[in-house]
Amino acid sequence: METVLALLTGAIVAASVYLMLGRNLVRFIFGLVLASNAVNLLIFAAGRLPTTRPPLIPEGSPQPVTVVANSLPQALILTAIVIGFALLVFIFILFFKAYQTLGTVDTEAMHDAEPAVTTDSSAGGKRS
Amino acid sequence: MNSGLAAPIVVPFAAAAVALALRRHPRLQSGVSMLSAALHLAVGAWLLYRVHHSGINVLHVGGWPAPFGIALVADHLSALMVVITGVVYTAVAVYSRADIDAEDIQRGYYPLLNILVGGISGAFMTGDLFNLYVWFEVMLMASFALLVMGRTRAQLDGGVKYVVINLISTLLFLTGLGLVYGMTGTLNMAHLHVKLRMAADPALVAAVAVLFLTAFGIKSGLFPLFFWLPASYHTPPVAVSAIFSGLLTKVGVYALIRTFTLVFPFKDNTLQGLVLVAAAATMVVGVLGAATHNHVRRILSFHIISQVGYMVLGLGLFTPLALAGAVFYVLHHIIVKANLFLISGLIRRWGGSFELHRVGGLYRQRGWVALLFFIPAFSLAGFPPLSGFWAKMILIRASLDAGQYTLAGVAAVVGLLTVYSMTKIWGEAFWKPAPAPLADGTGASPRMNGWMLAPVVAMAALTVFIGLSPEPVFQLAQRAAEELLEPAAYVYTVIGNMQ
Repeated sequence: METVLALLTGAIVAASVYLMLGRNLVRFIFGLVLASNAVNLLIFAAGRLPTTRPPLIPEGSPQPVTVVANSLPQALILTAIVIGFALLVFIFILFFKAYQTLGTVDTEAMHDAEPAVTTDSSAGGKRS
Repeated sequence: MNSGLAAPIVVPFAAAAVALALRRHPRLQSGVSMLSAALHLAVGAWLLYRVHHSGINVLHVGGWPAPFGIALVADHLSALMVVITGVVYTAVAVYSRADIDAEDIQRGYYPLLNILVGGISGAFMTGDLFNLYVWFEVMLMASFALLVMGRTRAQLDGGVKYVVINLISTLLFLTGLGLVYGMTGTLNMAHLHVKLRMAADPALVAAVAVLFLTAFGIKSGLFPLFFWLPASYHTPPVAVSAIFSGLLTKVGVYALIRTFTLVFPFKDNTLQGLVLVAAAATMVVGVLGAATHNHVRRILSFHIISQVGYMVLGLGLFTPLALAGAVFYVLHHIIVKANLFLISGLIRRWGGSFELHRVGGLYRQRGWVALLFFIPAFSLAGFPPLSGFWAKMILIRASLDAGQYTLAGVAAVVGLLTVYSMTKIWGEAFWKPAPAPLADGTGASPRMNGWMLAPVVAMAALTVFIGLSPEPVFQLAQRAAEELLEPAAYVYTVIGNMQ
């Protein structure tokens, strides 16, 4: 099972790196989604997968009597998924807003923060 | 009274909630934030006093003993970082009163500012690697929103780059976490210190350590991972860029110091050389970048990078003196750099622009702004007797002691080049005769504003004070370095005898 997950994680990471290396922001988002899922799978596999038995301790016993699944990596992944989801929503909105304002999703064409020749001080906070 | 360890985190979050509830009352929001900032500073000072007199403090959150629960740990380094965060937080909260316009307040500036500080304090206090990840995310989320709040073209462009690279850094960090957990079955940093020393495969540990080095290297702006920083830091309002420049990259530096002294100590792996080379390259490239620019805040952004190089140099040398120098440097740098960004706002206010070729004559018109700029600028460059002189001197001395003559030379030359780009700002903005007044009528000088001036004066005074009597700060930094290099006390306090 670990071997399968390891190969799968590797394949997903390869695909996500390919997508993220593109200049298109939309591709980047898809790459990011893939990469965060790959990392979650990695944490899952790192927690060992000997069994799917739930980690329940029978009454009266101080510890589980059989081998049980490790619940901590799942808790970690759950946290990472929640955080990742919030970040993803934010990045979608940010990229959409950037597309609306800058009129492009090509990162090479975005020069507003670092113009080649500085002619104006438009970059910067407002003057109060 | 160990529950007080949670106070630096709880106070800003409470203030964020109150500020959110007061959405329609900008003045009250600002008042609440200033109050919270003052309280945060006081709590930080109390924490430092406690740590200094009674040793490392630990709080097992929820009553779960480490390594099963999350521990908040305050040693000298954490306490010092919290205090300095309080200083910048207070300065920025006051400055914001004049700098942040109604529109940005409407969009939630104050709640976000408080959340940002809460996240930063959490990152400084936590003793758990996964919890550190969570605080990083809290901090990043707030910083993303603060950065693009104004929705100008430059902000969106800079914001995209900032967000993209930081998310990648986060993923690397998370990958490292997963692998560390897989190897040891724990995420408590003190426990990891013990467990990783006994790891079966040192090569695997080194590979994982590189993941952490890359992730935190991106956050702290280490060469060659810094390009997001000068692309974004000059775009938000001045108060925001001040708190970013003061604290965000330093959270990365703090994370580097913490992980590479406690979790992956350099004596167990071969990363030290890599870190030293990266530090030297960071110093040089940062300062050369600063020399080529003509926009005040972009020059200052490149300086952040070159200064981060000094701090990481201290970490890389890994001697008691060098680490003390790194801690001293971080403390000095945060005050000076945040102050310089705040002063860039004054230059903008009275000179009309951040572009050097459009401002001038400020020395004649506003001599005291020139003085206020002079103090932190030449402290950053390392002029005696200002705080930066001592910081640089300790690090150069430590390099010489360690036999790293090249690194000492690089550090000295970079200091000189820093002077060059600072004199550029000085010559252009202050000495040069004023160019023709700007077309938009900004030639007329606005009135002096106490909200903007007070924090700048206070931080400049602090710089001079540290410069004139560096001894107390240096002693605290030395204690911090001793604790970092001999983590036995830290480990014992957190997990007891469970080894």
